[in-house]
Amino acid sequence: MDNKQNTDWKRYVVAFFITALVFASAFYLSNFFNQKKIEEIRSIENSIGIDILSSETQFDLLEELSCGNVNDSILSQQLNELASKIEFSEEQGIGSDEDRASLRKYYSLFQIKDYLLMRKAEDKCGLKTTNIIYFYSNAEDCNDCEKQGYILTDIRQNYPDVRVYSFDYNLDLSALKALITIYRVNQPEALPALVINGKVYYGLQKFEDIQAIVPDVFIVPEKATDEAEGGEENAKTEGSDMRVQSTPAVN
Amino acid sequence: MHQISSIILYILAFISTYVQVVFLITFLEKRREIKKREGVTALSAFPAVTIMVPAWNEETTLRGTVESLLALDYPADKLNIFLVDDGSTDGTWKIMQGFMSHPQIKAIHKENGGKHTAVNLGLEQATTPFVGCLDSDSFVDSQALRRIMTYFEKDPATMAVCPSIIVNKPKGMMQIIQRVEYDWAVFRKKILGILNANYVTPGPFSIYKKEVFEKIGYFRAAHNTEDMEIAFRMQSNHMKIEQCEDAFVYTTVPDTVKKLYKQRLRWIYGFIMNAWDYRGIMFKKKYGAFSMFSVPAGVISIVAAPYLLSLFVFNTAVAASKNIERISATGFDFGFGGFDAFYVSTSSNTFVLIFMYAILVIAMIIGRKMVTGRYGLDRYTIPFMIIFSAVAPFWIMKAIYNSITRRAVAWR
Repeated sequence: MDNKQNTDWKRYVVAFFITALVFASAFYLSNFFNQKKIEEIRSIENSIGIDILSSETQFDLLEELSCGNVNDSILSQQLNELASKIEFSEEQGIGSDEDRASLRKYYSLFQIKDYLLMRKAEDKCGLKTTNIIYFYSNAEDCNDCEKQGYILTDIRQNYPDVRVYSFDYNLDLSALKALITIYRVNQPEALPALVINGKVYYGLQKFEDIQAIVPDVFIVPEKATDEAEGGEENAKTEGSDMRVQSTPAVN
Repeated sequence: MHQISSIILYILAFISTYVQVVFLITFLEKRREIKKREGVTALSAFPAVTIMVPAWNEETTLRGTVESLLALDYPADKLNIFLVDDGSTDGTWKIMQGFMSHPQIKAIHKENGGKHTAVNLGLEQATTPFVGCLDSDSFVDSQALRRIMTYFEKDPATMAVCPSIIVNKPKGMMQIIQRVEYDWAVFRKKILGILNANYVTPGPFSIYKKEVFEKIGYFRAAHNTEDMEIAFRMQSNHMKIEQCEDAFVYTTVPDTVKKLYKQRLRWIYGFIMNAWDYRGIMFKKKYGAFSMFSVPAGVISIVAAPYLLSLFVFNTAVAASKNIERISATGFDFGFGGFDAFYVSTSSNTFVLIFMYAILVIAMIIGRKMVTGRYGLDRYTIPFMIIFSAVAPFWIMKAIYNSITRRAVAWR
């Protein structure tokens, strides 16, 4: 049988280039949208930067004004959003390693700033806040860090009076290292670590453990949850209440 | 590990997309030749044809099959029908006997020996220049034979012509989703026909020149896929197999997952074993697209299935363990944080998948157009994709296992 079975190479070569083009388009689109996301995060950072400056100015003015005129620290809500988006970017591998490290450093700095401002507000206005500083590690040896993150995220969502600040223990940031030194968190092998009321607690702290340390803020969780839902609005209208919900527990 | 898995995934996605692109390019190139003829199809001559109907316990569908053959728009004196009862234990033989008085029909009862023995018995007795086969669970459109014969008339080098097989009166979800698959296959098989890369001449109404069997021998058991093996053998002997896209044959498809699983297990096992038996002609230019494109693509898709399933299971297990850890730490939380476009995945994997599925959907639309004459997507496309994606890897993996362990797959 002299059936000519001539492979049409041209067709297959063209198909190869079209397929390559399809893939190149997929990579281009992915890069384009990811870049947009990085820009969005940077925009949030810029906004937080302005807010910090504004808050600092506000606190300088406190010398002359009454605490009743203090606006809430709007940082908290934006910090939550920033943290959530940075975490998503890290999970999805959006942007370069440098981009993500830089975002993470800014985020850590903003948290420290927010923490310091809250401390200042406590001193000046006699506000009582509950702060939890959480040190975690992304290294694989921290088995309980993920679980601790879930617990703190849950607390942040349900108990807006508790401000949670989370830090990557290994982040190369001098301000963070200073914070670690101040609170003497010197057992990286025992992470996760929580700093509550100035005292360091190593290892996984379950909800009950945290509740035992600061029982006051966990008295009526249902009410706290309701407040959380309307928390932002309340915080904005009640100028003297600066204990709005704060940072997430990301790790 | 994650990077290696991503690279393998990209390679598989690239090959899959490439195959679909070849199909679409070929379609665009030959779209004027792809047709759905209406009315009576003209033929300049009516060569004599013998159609064998092998049957084993097909009492429920046999009568309809024979009646559809008798209703073919083809001169009665040029169409012989040979019914072969392959040792049925039900009323099949009785039904055949009922047709024996018909001048076009001959019937014979034999001991059960497998489908290929029944067809070969018919082949031995056939004296016509063309022969064909019709599974006794399928029914032919009245114009099917005329349309098929136009291919032999057009090109004397054509040695076999396959019809378009579509689902007969689908009832229930299992049969309806197979309709989507069969319509899609009409497109794919036409393109394989154009590329002369068909690797199966299906049991339902493929028509051959009788000389094919005189030259390369009769049907073989061939791992219970005799219609696939004969196509492999024809391709290895440079015999041209055409695909007649508007010769419709309606077939009865499995109505339960179990029956479908058994059928597909047999098909995939047969493909693997035939590809193995004919491995000597793979990747050889002289055997054309059959050896360089269609069979290798089929093999890759079979190899990919267990990999993709294990990847899916692994990712699901990781996600589940994270959720379990979260729930054990904080309890159930059904809260929904609201929609933010930021959290929509824009990874390259996502876009590659979108493009891949878009190309598949285009192919399905074309396939449906070839069957129904209308553009549009079958409304059961999504259920088809979901159900087949979930169950197909299992029959593929079982077929691979059976092939490796040489464990033969039964007909039913």
